[in-house]
This record gives sequence, C-alpha cells and structure tokens, in this order.
Amino acid sequence: MAELRTEELTINMGPQHPSTHGVLRLVLTLNGEIVTDVKPVLGYLHRCFEKHAEAMTYPQVIPYTDRMDYLNSMNNELAYVLAAEKLLGIEVPERVEYIRVIMCELQRIASHLVAIGTFGNDAGAFTPFLYCFADREKVLELFEIVCGARLLYNYIWIGGLSHDITPEFVKKTKEFIKYFRPRITQVNNLLSFNKIFIERTANIGILPPDVAINAGCSGPTLRGSGVKYDLRKDDPYSIYHKFDFDVCVGEGRYGVAGDCWNRYFVRALEMEQSLRIIEQAIDNIPEGDIASAVPKRVKPVAGESYVRTESPKGELSYYIISDGSLNPYRVKARSPSFCNLSVINQISRGYMIADVVMILGSFDIVLGCIDR
Amino acid sequence: MENIFTQWFGDNILAYILIPIPVLIWVSLFALYAVLAERKISAWMQNRIGPNRTDKYGLLQTILDAVKLLQKEIVSPYRTDTIWYNMAPFIVFTAVFLGYAILPFSSVFISADLNIGLFYFFSITSISVVGVLMAGWSSNNKYSLFGGMRTVAQIVSYEIPTALSALVVVMLTGTLSMQKYALIQEGGIFNWYIFGGPGDITKIILIPIMFVSMAILFISTLAESNRTPFDLTEADSELVAGVHIEYSGMRFAMFFFAEYAEMFAVSGVITTLFLGGWQSPFGDLIPFLNGPVMQVFWFLAKSLSLVFVQIWVRWTLPRVRIDQLMTMCWKYLIPITLVNVFLVGIYMLIFN
Repeated sequence: MAELRTEELTINMGPQHPSTHGVLRLVLTLNGEIVTDVKPVLGYLHRCFEKHAEAMTYPQVIPYTDRMDYLNSMNNELAYVLAAEKLLGIEVPERVEYIRVIMCELQRIASHLVAIGTFGNDAGAFTPFLYCFADREKVLELFEIVCGARLLYNYIWIGGLSHDITPEFVKKTKEFIKYFRPRITQVNNLLSFNKIFIERTANIGILPPDVAINAGCSGPTLRGSGVKYDLRKDDPYSIYHKFDFDVCVGEGRYGVAGDCWNRYFVRALEMEQSLRIIEQAIDNIPEGDIASAVPKRVKPVAGESYVRTESPKGELSYYIISDGSLNPYRVKARSPSFCNLSVINQISRGYMIADVVMILGSFDIVLGCIDR
Repeated sequence: MENIFTQWFGDNILAYILIPIPVLIWVSLFALYAVLAERKISAWMQNRIGPNRTDKYGLLQTILDAVKLLQKEIVSPYRTDTIWYNMAPFIVFTAVFLGYAILPFSSVFISADLNIGLFYFFSITSISVVGVLMAGWSSNNKYSLFGGMRTVAQIVSYEIPTALSALVVVMLTGTLSMQKYALIQEGGIFNWYIFGGPGDITKIILIPIMFVSMAILFISTLAESNRTPFDLTEADSELVAGVHIEYSGMRFAMFFFAEYAEMFAVSGVITTLFLGGWQSPFGDLIPFLNGPVMQVFWFLAKSLSLVFVQIWVRWTLPRVRIDQLMTMCWKYLIPITLVNVFLVGIYMLIFN
C-alpha cells in the first residue's frame, strides 16, 4: 500500500479564544494533535502607553500604568512611582512605604489567585476558578475601603498616597489574613494535588533554568525552574529588606522543576509568603503624614532613572528619561509577561494542543502588560 | 402483560404509537430540568446562587432559554456540507432517544422488551458517533474537526469497557432482556447485583467484583456521554466548543438535549443492571412500595442519583488529555474488566 499523504495543519488559536488569556493569537502548526510550531502574534491590545506617557505630566501617567497589567495595578503604580521618585530625589515617609508594601502584597495575592483560578479553568476545573475569584473579591473589597476603586486605583502617588488607610482597613486586613490561610490549603487540596491535574501539568512544558535566564524570564516562571531569584530579596526596593519571607522555588515535588505544575505551585506558595509580609507590616505601621513628601509640582531636572521591581508576573521595570520639562521625555516599561511569553515556542514543541493551553496558562500572561 | 399500553389497547398499532409518548415527554422534561439542576447544583458547589430570576428558583430558566434558541437564526458558515451539517444534531439525538426504548421504567412499562435489549442499547447509542463526526467534518472548521475526531476515538474505545463491565451481569443472569434483569433482582437491596445479586451465601465473593464492575461501567458511560472529566469533544479551553462551535439556535440545543438525554439513559442502564432497576429496596416487606407506580419512582430515584453523581464529578474534576484518556481505557479499564469477567466465569464454574 502506498504511503498516505500527510501534511501539517495550521490552526489559529485566538485572538478570540477562551484560554489565551486575552487577545493573544497563537499560530499553531500541528501534526495530528502534536504541536510542531507555535508562533505568538501580539499587538491586539496595543494602546500606545509609552507614547501617551510623553504627552502627560508625571502624575498623569499613573492611571495609564494601572491599565498595563490590569490584574496588578498596585505593583505597576509602585514601579513607576519609584522610578519617578528616584528622578526627583524624594524620600517618602516610612508610613507611606509600609502602606505601599501592604497594598502590593495584597495585590500579589489577588493576581496569583487569578493566575491559579484561570490555570485550573484551562485544565477544565471550573470550581477552583470561582473559589479563587471569591477570595480575590475579598482583596478587592479591602482596596475599595482604602481608595474607592476596585481595579484601577491611582492610589500610589509620587511622594505619597491618594488616601490614608483607616482603622477599618487594618481590622479587615487582619480578618482577611485569618480567613485566607485555610483557603490556600483548600484550593491546594481541590486543585494542586488532584491526580488528574498533576497528570495534566507535571512534566509538561519543561523550561530549563539556563533557557529561562537567557530568555529573560522572571518571577514565578523563572522560580518555577528552580532559580532562586526574587528582586524583593536580591535587589530590595521600597522597604522589603525589613521583612522576613522566603523565596519559593519549584522543587519538583511532582514532575520536574521547570514544568507547568511547578510554575503553578510557586504561586500557591508565594501567596503564603505574601500573607507573612502583610502580617509583619500591618502591626508595625508607623504614625505620620502620608502627604508630607508629595511635591507641589513634579518637574524633575534633566536625567534618567531606572527602577526594577518584582511584580507578581516577574521583573517589572520602568525607565524614565526627563528633559527637565513637566512631561517625561520617554517612559519605557519592561513587561515581565512579554519576556516570559518569548520562550513558548521553544518549550511547547512536541506537546499536544491541550498542553500548549496549560503552558500558556502557567506563564500567567496578561495581554495588557505584553502589548502595553 | 409486559406493557400497560398493550394491556389497555390490545396488541395493535395504536398502542405502539402511544408507547413512546410518555418516554418523549419524560426525556424533554428531564433535559430541560437537568440543565437547570446542573446549574443549580454547580452554583451550590461553588458558593453561588445560580439562576433565580425567572419564576421562583429560576424554574422557567431553561424553558425560556429553549424558546430563545428556537427564535434564533440558523447560521451556517461558509462552505459547510449543508445536508450533513443540518442532519448531524438530529442523528445524535435520535440515536440517544432510541436507546430509551429498552429502559424498564416499571414492571408494566417498557417501550420494547427486546430479548437483546442491552446489546441493542449499546449498539444504537453508539450511532451518535456518526452524528458527531458528521457535525465535526461538515462544519468546515478545524476545531470542530478535532472535536469530531477525538469523539470517535473516545466513544469507540470506551464501548469496550462499557460492554465488558455489563457482561458480568449478563453472565450471571444469562439474559440480555432489560426487564428480566429487574425481575431477577427482586427481594430487597441485598439481591441487587451490586451486592452480588440473588443467590446463596457464596455470592459474597462476587461483591467486590460487582463494585468494581459498576464503577467501571459508570466511568466509561461518563466517557460515552462526553461528560467531564472526559468532555474532550467540547473541551472549551482547548477546542472552544469542539463540534458545537458552528451551530446556533435549535441545532445547538439538540446537541445538549442529546447529551442530557444520554446522561439519564446510561444511568437507567446502570440502575437496571446493578441497582435493581425498578425494584424497591425493601423488597416485598412493604408491598405497597413495590407497586407499579412506586416502581417508576424507585427507577427514577436511583437513576437520578446517578445523574447527580455525574454532575458532581463534572464540577469537581479537571479534564484529562486525549492520550491519558486512551491510556486509561486500554491499559487500565479493559484489563480490569477482563479480569472481572474471568473471575465471574470461575465463580460460575465452581458454584453453579
């Protein structure tokens, strides 16, 4: 019998697809169900953040940073504000620093909850998704108490904060910590240690540490491969050096370090560490005026500044060039999702369509952050 | 005396026209309210409220959804294979509905007590594969095609453990007639085949085999009716909606109708084989509870509890991958069922 003619199939995954986490388009080349090539196509959510920033004054850029990684607004604000403060040479009061850290860690929990929930949803488990979103809602309520907004806060300002925290916030945050610890265990029991889930994610999409470092991966994606690198420890910004917490890495409890399961599980572990940081911070907030360092007029001298921070997705940095006017001459954002996504072609060849979905989910990309 | 309609109207064409009507009414009602039940139960499991805006407790929700779907324009994408594309959803539903013919709802109501009833059920319901493949192929969509191909691989493979695990009961009873299975298991809960069926004390040996057989039958029927964790046909996170992707309006609803109808049909078969069919769990201790009307109640109660378990499983577990699905079928379920059949054979050789 003559050999049957075979050919590869090209299939478009996205931009409208339930598990590309936004408007990402992946051009998959398939041999049966086996993926031979993945080509990400970006730009569907490009909103010209960097160009817009050039036409805005420094404080006006902050709301735009909110909209970059919309699950992670507080960390975006912090990174930009730190860069602007470095340019201006402002020292902010300790109280402000403490509140910023608390907000960023709460935001990290919220962001990781979305990551875990959507990852479970990608695997076909819908219930953990809703459990995670119910818990995230509790975090958003805390933000609402402080600044009135639930998603896009414009809370961290250059030199200060938009609102001071209230005793109610402190009380509710403590309640949240007490409530949330058992919930992490619950989600772990429901999803992380589920046999089917482990089968689906362990040993899939293995990202070796050297590839991860060369591609510029950061955050849980890098730590999932077993590289102990966290800017909060390795290059502390704000007041992270004052807190005691562990850097969680993928240890290969199931599968091998660097696979989807380990990348995922780093996030579950990090939520616990974030709780530890909040616990240490919430009891020691010093008194003070949050607005004492807010400049009347933000007009830095000509120069440039670069600040890198550890966002829930990875290394988020801002590079600002000032020409001495009211508007920044150039604002460049280094987005963690963009760099993390760049390895997808390398690590998803030879796996199945269902695995590509899991690999993509394990990076926890946000298209607002990739396309800016 | 097998059927109340033939009793009333005699053995003529009128009776045979009337027989499917209560079944069709039941299937429609079940499909409508199973969708609602699924949404309510999932809401309950996920700390949500679920549909509650239409009538009390959202009782009209699925009816209104169906009305909406009826009104929708039937869209067919560019260059579909029109005939097959339009026919597929109805073939899927018809295949499943034909399976209802052999479900014994009560000792006086079974649409057709065929002497090859169980065999008929497995063969006729697997015709739905043809419909799904037609839908996948004719939609002119790569995702649909993937969904269709996956379904064929899945359902055809899972036919084998389904049939083999049911074979255990067939061996012990020596019949394929569904009504006889129910009749044999009379006399209370311990005479059901999950507890080894009627017989002397030696049946204790059979109990573990029967539990395993029923578990495997349940798992493989889950796969046959494309329910999570085996819903690779739809696989909303990979294939968007698989074969359903291009369908709209009532044609789309037909696929769901078929899925829910099949959920009940397979539960009914498991009930008849392992859970005593329409027999009351108290046997003849309370004769009133074993009358023809109460039998319907017992049959529905048992089957609906199995449907509940199906829903429960769906909202708890993630989805498996296609190769893992096949591994599970060929490397685990089929060998285990073969061993079961072998053990029952030895039991029969020694004790009969």
